[in-house]
Amino acid sequence: MPSLCRDCLHPFQTELRCPSCRSPRIISHPELFELSIAHMDCDAFYAAVEKRDDPALRDKPVIVGGGRRGVVSTACYIARIKGVRSAMPMFRALALCPEAVVVRGRMDVYVEVSKQIREMMQELTPAIEPLSLDEAFLDLSGTARLHGAPPAVMLARLVKTMEDTLGISGSIGLSHNKFLAKVASDLDKPRGFSVIGQAETAAFLQDKSVGLIWGVGQAFQAALDKAGIRTFTDLLRWEKSALNARFGSMGDRLWHLARGRDHRPVSRNAPIKSISNETTFFDDTASSDILDGHIWRLSEKVSDRAKARARAGRVVTLKLKRSDHTLLSRRISLRDPTQMADRIYRTARALYDQVPDQGPYRLLGVGLSDLVPEDAADLSGDLLDPNAEKRARAERASDAIRRKFGADAIRKGRALR
Amino acid sequence: MKISIERGTLLKAVSQAQSVVERRNTIPILANVLIEADQNSVSFRATDLDIEVVDKAVAQVERAGATTVSAVTLHEIVRKLPDGALVVLSDNGTSGRMTVEAGRSNFSLATLPREDFPVMASSEYTANFTAAAPVLRRLFDKSKFAISTEETRYYLNGVYMHVANGEAGSVLRCVATDGHRLARIDADLPAGAEHMPGVIVPRKTVGELRKLLDDDDMQIAVSVSETKVRFATPEITLTSKVIDGTFPDYTRVIPAGNTRKLEVDASEFARAVDRVATVSSERSRAVKLSLDEDRLVLSVNAPDSGAAEEELAVAYGDDRLEIGFNAKYLLEIASQVDRENAVFLFNSSGDPTLMREGNDTSAVYVVMPMRV
Repeated sequence: MPSLCRDCLHPFQTELRCPSCRSPRIISHPELFELSIAHMDCDAFYAAVEKRDDPALRDKPVIVGGGRRGVVSTACYIARIKGVRSAMPMFRALALCPEAVVVRGRMDVYVEVSKQIREMMQELTPAIEPLSLDEAFLDLSGTARLHGAPPAVMLARLVKTMEDTLGISGSIGLSHNKFLAKVASDLDKPRGFSVIGQAETAAFLQDKSVGLIWGVGQAFQAALDKAGIRTFTDLLRWEKSALNARFGSMGDRLWHLARGRDHRPVSRNAPIKSISNETTFFDDTASSDILDGHIWRLSEKVSDRAKARARAGRVVTLKLKRSDHTLLSRRISLRDPTQMADRIYRTARALYDQVPDQGPYRLLGVGLSDLVPEDAADLSGDLLDPNAEKRARAERASDAIRRKFGADAIRKGRALR
Repeated sequence: MKISIERGTLLKAVSQAQSVVERRNTIPILANVLIEADQNSVSFRATDLDIEVVDKAVAQVERAGATTVSAVTLHEIVRKLPDGALVVLSDNGTSGRMTVEAGRSNFSLATLPREDFPVMASSEYTANFTAAAPVLRRLFDKSKFAISTEETRYYLNGVYMHVANGEAGSVLRCVATDGHRLARIDADLPAGAEHMPGVIVPRKTVGELRKLLDDDDMQIAVSVSETKVRFATPEITLTSKVIDGTFPDYTRVIPAGNTRKLEVDASEFARAVDRVATVSSERSRAVKLSLDEDRLVLSVNAPDSGAAEEELAVAYGDDRLEIGFNAKYLLEIASQVDRENAVFLFNSSGDPTLMREGNDTSAVYVVMPMRV
């Protein structure tokens, strides 16, 4: 059976250890050198970056998350043993694992590391579809001749280089489509390399829960459950037309997924639908001044991300969470899409001004959606706001300064509130 | 209550009522029309708490009284009855039902007690005047297209009706803008309007008012206070709250120093804009105007859908100019011109452009250009 050593990247036929370096970290699979769709997922990415930069944390449980009131964004594997999970409220995480070291995220560092990883991936193939900072799909079809090695070897090399040069480990899922590649990468974390071949696809899926499908959340799973669909075998019993009738646009996709088929291409420009940022406060606040500062900072972040992706949005959303965790959300459509922090801020601020509640709030978020390419944005000025053009020019100038000297090189006064 | 009323008369009264009533309502009584009958007239009253309309109609009143029924249902029934039918509305005051009879048709509608019906508090009006229907029609028709729908700037969601200083003294002026375009329409100041407070008439009220203005010979009684405005014909009284806000200082928005003058046949221009805009992308709808000595080229270049160009002979004698606009805004503005040529006054490709009809300054429009 085709096999590969993950330490020295030596390909060989069936053995228990690598014949060249004697390492036991080998992968063997009949289709190993034929599959070309992969999903790479970094292991506890944020926590791994923190551990790398502060060796004192290496043997301690580390939780990356926002302050004492926020939620866990990443927990390292030591903390995960105690039951800490992503998105868990911090107080619960600390109850499970009181000795954990809580680190405030350093998003700028993560973005930097993510960029380096992306560059490494780009050496493998141009067909990369990033899902977030720490995971991406890669399509290596047709690259074997170019690299002189099959995709499996190049992927093993990718994670090895990541570990050697960046100190970040990742897990690879290799299969014949995106759905299965994503499932595979999760099978053997951390430092995993899992393969799901054509031949065993049906057998592999058989008893798996439909919750495995990316995009099937709790609500949809409950709807499937109502229809008596719990496993893929249940799903296989349904006719395509019946699935369509019951689940609408998702029906077709379910029918194909039930058979382990997923025809979505790995595409660099998987359209993003919205950009949003939010922040949970250390203490609940009702102060307009403080909230205003947050609205500005978040608007600027959203704007930065929109500019980085060359997108602009037509809908601005303001999200507020009250002390009792009830959510309040307001949105408005602009006549003319925007990517400017100034317009996002002014719109979000106007939405805030119309909220009748006095607060206090524990969380504030600003979002931009209904995205379009940036060349359709900010094309016309506002008759009633003749200074807008001036402010837009100032914003472009400060963007140029920030690009050159760093994000903190120039700030608005209101960002300091 | 028991009344007999001609179907056409009833339909007119009820249709005005049902258009004021909000379709989605959390307060059941607001979906109803209040029918009040005394001696020989009957009135139909409907409200959404911001607007109230009362329509008096001639009817034969057999038994005076009052009740409320669903405005939409009653309207639908009356609409479907044959023309010329005599309709009898009656209730006995205790059954909670009102019957509608016409020929062999018989309906029974649920009622709600008239005591629950909110009647708009009357107001002390500070100005009362009359204006001919065509005058008000022009003021509102030519300005309403520019009303904003943006809720964050709620003070733009209406037409600002006020007294202003025109070139030849005081005028009654209506202004509307959404920040992209602006319309400023003037009319002679009617006697009695001199001390009228400026009010922002909400968009919905403007729409309802329009139904009162179809008859050219009609004189409309207008009453204005700081918080309310009322328009009345002998049959219909429309009372509305005005938008509680300050209309922005529009005078500084209207460019005074634009010198580059383009004169063009408005309908020819509008048709050409419409044609070239066919290929523009749904999102931006930008049309480029390239002006040169007596020549205007309209062009659209939408990378994903195509390109279009059309040339028009115009009167233009200034330097070359290229300027872009949203096609929809250009069309709307050009379609306001009905008698003479459209005159555009430009400054630069980034500055607001002014448009008027010939040399008539009683109706001017401003539109913001678009980067192309």
